Amino acid sequence: MRKGFVRVVALGLLSFLLLFTSACGNKSESSNAIKIGANLELSGNVATLGQSGLNGIMLAVDEINNAGGVLGKKIEIVKYDNKSDNTEAASVATRLITQDKVVAIIGSCTSGNTLSYVNIAETNKVPVISPSATNPDVTVDPKTGKVREYIFRTCFIDPFQGTAMAKFVLNELKLKKVAVLKDNTAPYSVGLAKFFVEAFKAGGGEILADENYTTQDQDFRSVLTKIKNLKPEFIYVPGYYEQVGQIVKQARELGINVPMGGGDGWDSPKLVEIAGAAALNNTFITNHYSSLMPDPKVQDFVKKYKEKYGSEPDAMAAVGYDTVLVLVDAIKRAGEATPEKIKEALKTTKDVEGVTAKISLDENHNPAKSLVILEYKDGKQTYKAYVNP
Amino acid sequence: MMEFIQQLINGISVGSIYALIALGYTMVYGIIKLINFAHGDVYMLGAFAGLYATLVLKMSFVPALIFSMIVCAILGIFIERLAYRPLRNSPKIVILITAIGVSLLLEYTTMFFLGPQPRAFPKVFKEISYSLLGGKITISNREILIIAVTVILMILLQYIVHNTKIGKAMRAVSYDMQAARLMGINVDTTISITFALGSALAAAAGVLVGIYYNKVFPLMGIMFGLKAFVSAVLGGIGSIPGAMTGGLILGITESLVSGYGSSLYRDPVAFVILIIILLVKPSGLFGKNVREKV
Repeated sequence: MRKGFVRVVALGLLSFLLLFTSACGNKSESSNAIKIGANLELSGNVATLGQSGLNGIMLAVDEINNAGGVLGKKIEIVKYDNKSDNTEAASVATRLITQDKVVAIIGSCTSGNTLSYVNIAETNKVPVISPSATNPDVTVDPKTGKVREYIFRTCFIDPFQGTAMAKFVLNELKLKKVAVLKDNTAPYSVGLAKFFVEAFKAGGGEILADENYTTQDQDFRSVLTKIKNLKPEFIYVPGYYEQVGQIVKQARELGINVPMGGGDGWDSPKLVEIAGAAALNNTFITNHYSSLMPDPKVQDFVKKYKEKYGSEPDAMAAVGYDTVLVLVDAIKRAGEATPEKIKEALKTTKDVEGVTAKISLDENHNPAKSLVILEYKDGKQTYKAYVNP
Repeated sequence: MMEFIQQLINGISVGSIYALIALGYTMVYGIIKLINFAHGDVYMLGAFAGLYATLVLKMSFVPALIFSMIVCAILGIFIERLAYRPLRNSPKIVILITAIGVSLLLEYTTMFFLGPQPRAFPKVFKEISYSLLGGKITISNREILIIAVTVILMILLQYIVHNTKIGKAMRAVSYDMQAARLMGINVDTTISITFALGSALAAAAGVLVGIYYNKVFPLMGIMFGLKAFVSAVLGGIGSIPGAMTGGLILGITESLVSGYGSSLYRDPVAFVILIIILLVKPSGLFGKNVREKV
């Protein structure tokens, strides 16, 4: 009787699982389409980045398809969730390349996830174009110093972002003593901290502490107490919004009222939810663009985005949109949608009119783009400064 | 000195949470010699139940806490009934692996239904930070709450174990299950109640963590569960005061390690402590020597 009961439960669970796996397995095959993969963080600890990015990508793709597509074909986005996880990102890339046979991959949003499959793309000769992987190592192999043939990006890189913030703190905020608190497990965070520290020291500033945390951490009070006693004038936290939200919140609770700042990893509505609007006052970030920029191109994009999704586009949506424009421009110039041709065309990308900038790629596959510095006021981003490369 | 006191406050708050979760490990181990690895996930579900209670049912803090504790108590009984009771006479390793299986099942089922994204916990009451000694030390009302709730639940548990009929039954079963059965104690019910009590305490910890860190997510039970397990072993698994002390010691140690060393060493230190305890005094600080049955 007892055994029978357990068996029934086990069988029930099994059939439930089978049902769901088979329900998820439907795929649409259309030969008259150009298949582009999207390897994005749709869930996990940086999920809002991937979701905004996808919104931007789909907005651009729909526009292009409605206008007749490229080379007489429609664009089809094959999207998978990499769960904000390195291993998953790598297996998603493999799946896109070997099973779905995409001609190019858009993604991922974080440097760490993108780095996990750059070698897979290189080996299989499929171009990857990331909307927001800002770490320099993504396109240039740090071991050999050589450019990775098939990897491109449409965002600025960390040396620029870190340096811009260092200069902003020194020259605009006029602060000299800084503590750095970085996510030791994210290449993005480590990279940004490194370039910030270099530029800040070069500009005559003093680094009082260079502390670390990991992505799994929840409690930052101990390390913040330590930082508080060193009396810094500014705290640089170049992490992702989920931990940053908690760090800012806990810092304010401990009575640390000095300005804090970070990079584009802060840009998420979740940040305000986790940290609270009041705690975020007096914080500054470097970002790809601001929806408040008066540029008509930006305002047109904001209007279209709002119509489609009913919310304000964050930076990730804008760079996602731009990435599609750059890729489609390359496909057009390539004349045929094969990975090899697209790669060659991407190399010579010049003056693509995107929302965030006019994009041209240099010999290291990086665009020269300007950035904006934003300040949080009562939970809203406000435009602070514009920095050219 | 002020910094040291602040670090102690930080450590005690986290340590109290470890202690609450550790109690569940210790009680279950005490009674059926099983390390219930699914316990950390019960804590996670407790946090989600609290979130649901405040967000959907619009409860205030105390009702939400009680709601979450009841939900998890029922869940605890359910887990024991379905996963562990059919295997009660199986080899230890079978039950241990089942526990890990249950843990993964809870984690990924939650993830399937609620998604892996973290959720911000609603503000159930106004957040106030008190600064003492000219701002050198700050303590928030939530830290006071965590410590207060932990102490109240601890006292309640001590009372239940030592002064009630069911507590007597629990102690009897943990002493000798067969003899207790012969004396007319309903062993199955007693074990169910132990699971219910332990799970309810974990749920309370989950709600407190939700309020303290303002963030709940499906895998939150892994690290906290492990740390609570270390606390239980440190204090002497099977001992209730041991779990409390172990939790506090671990919380304070971690806080001092990140405050005076590096926060990257915090987790390794916790596990080094576990290894040292297992090597030097496997029964833990408050552990009793196991009696030989003749």
